[in-house]
Amino acid sequence: MTQHDSLGTSSGGSLKTRIDEKASPWVYIAPFFIIFAIFGLFPILYTAWVSLHEWNPIGDRVWVGLENFQQLLFEDPRFWNAARNTLSIWVLSTLPQLGVALAIAHLLNQAMLRWSTGLRMGVLVPQITSVLAVAIIFSSIFGRDYGLFNWVWTAMGFERVDFQAGVLSSHVAISTMVMWRWTGYNALIYLAALQAIPRDLYESAAIDGANEWRKFINITIPQIRPTIIFTVIVSTIGGMQIFAEPLIFGGQGQGVTGGSARQFQTLTLFLYEQGFRNFKFGYASAIAWLLFLLILVFALVNYLATRKISQS
Amino acid sequence: MTSVSTQNSVDADGAASGSRPRRSWRNRSLDRPRWWVYAMLIVFILVSIFPFYWMIVVASNDSAAMNNIPPALVPGPNFWKHAQQVFEDGKFLRALLNSFIAASAIALGQVFFATLAGFAFAKLRFPLRNALFYIVVGTMMVPLQLGVIPQFMLISNLGWVNSLRAIIVPGLVTAFGVFWMRQYIDGGVPDELLQAAKVDGASIWRQYWSITLPMVRPAAAVLGLFAFMFAWNDFFWPLIVLNSADSFTVQVALRQLQNQSYVTDFGVQFAGVVIATIPLILIFVFLGKQIIGGIMEGALKS
Repeated sequence: MTQHDSLGTSSGGSLKTRIDEKASPWVYIAPFFIIFAIFGLFPILYTAWVSLHEWNPIGDRVWVGLENFQQLLFEDPRFWNAARNTLSIWVLSTLPQLGVALAIAHLLNQAMLRWSTGLRMGVLVPQITSVLAVAIIFSSIFGRDYGLFNWVWTAMGFERVDFQAGVLSSHVAISTMVMWRWTGYNALIYLAALQAIPRDLYESAAIDGANEWRKFINITIPQIRPTIIFTVIVSTIGGMQIFAEPLIFGGQGQGVTGGSARQFQTLTLFLYEQGFRNFKFGYASAIAWLLFLLILVFALVNYLATRKISQS
Repeated sequence: MTSVSTQNSVDADGAASGSRPRRSWRNRSLDRPRWWVYAMLIVFILVSIFPFYWMIVVASNDSAAMNNIPPALVPGPNFWKHAQQVFEDGKFLRALLNSFIAASAIALGQVFFATLAGFAFAKLRFPLRNALFYIVVGTMMVPLQLGVIPQFMLISNLGWVNSLRAIIVPGLVTAFGVFWMRQYIDGGVPDELLQAAKVDGASIWRQYWSITLPMVRPAAAVLGLFAFMFAWNDFFWPLIVLNSADSFTVQVALRQLQNQSYVTDFGVQFAGVVIATIPLILIFVFLGKQIIGGIMEGALKS
């Protein structure tokens, strides 16, 4: 920090130099703040204003106060249905995902592992597909009539599974897509954290006679705690906004509603349906704000829970 | 790792532990990963790769072969036929082009604006510098997608619906990019160098353009790569602001392939998925190492 002082001092130099030094920083950071303010911050705040109206795309609007919120929270079962589905899909995809990612990271972190670059690349492969490609491929694998899964499943003597029809089965199918795409990525994040743990911590634990499991609990987990918290928060924010997977999984007719009985409609999908299918901008904005609050609360809860678990 | 360097590292460890009770050579050799470590990793990787394989299988077989019991399990002869159908009306090619333009513009813009702001935050002194930087970091956690209704209204008022500008302009800056480049420039560009340039009369711009930028090229390239891949794969926002086939990006076009009623078999749809994924596979094959380095370094910085 102290070295920076020498750079920024404006003592001496011509007027031109002084103006250069005073103005340049502001000019350099301005593009970020201007574009962010217009396309990021302003829309988020304006969403609150829109949510207090009945508002259609042509711009007609009627002030309704908190009516949209009241309706969503107390009268519209579709909202709570979507909230439940979102949470359920998040739990099913994130908890196993982070566990497996940690295990994979641990394997990749073995000293003197051969072909480590190749193995890391292999682990990261799912990241190079788009969410749409993932959704299309897995929707076909989980298809009822000609799906690969059901072919293997029935060949093993089990009964055919109609993944789309059930609540749990559809959630499992969608969670599988999320898990498949993100586990390897999180494994690399954990690997980076594991590599930053000083080796001598393990060596002195080994001298004290700690076995592998104790080392894992007493050294590894506390040491990578910030990373675990980071991944939990990031996957909360991402997971609460799942959209493309259920949309594609529902196919042509029932994508937007998340199945014939809304059995896998997520909150973002519900927002999209109300905003861009039914063109109720006010109602959709109210959903957006409730989702925002939900993410906030949920991220906080997860943060506290993760902190507690990894501390004990 | 060659056996020579393995031997060296064992020796080095042994020497370093010095007076500590030394484990026997036998125990040391047990520290090497055993076969099941590789086995588990390989199983995981096979699961990771399988959907790609399946994508090619479906894309290259006709629907009759896929609907058989058992279905076709190896690639068939029909990929080119399906690819032709994908490209038949020219819309998909147009979408590929649109995605390429948008993703390239976003990548270039992000690299430029992020290095510029990152340079200012790392090396220049101005009031509120730290506070403003914390704001940048704080915004990384805000789910901006939730402002989508006013975002759409804004784009609509600007007359940018069905225009690539709607995709490119909001994508030009990200808080992550500024954060990432700031960390790199802070650690990777010595103050002495900039100071010396300043003494020689270099303007701030020259300190950025001629000294800082060349020095952080690898990190900037990784950022550009991420930005390109992210823009190429983005779906939610393009789906909302692009409604005419001329303006579709490739992901929206894929959704359209799913919706077209005349596409009765998955083959054509999957051929589209294969084609849309090829650019990313190429990037991964040639630059996978850099991407992995980027993800892992990014994890440590945040």
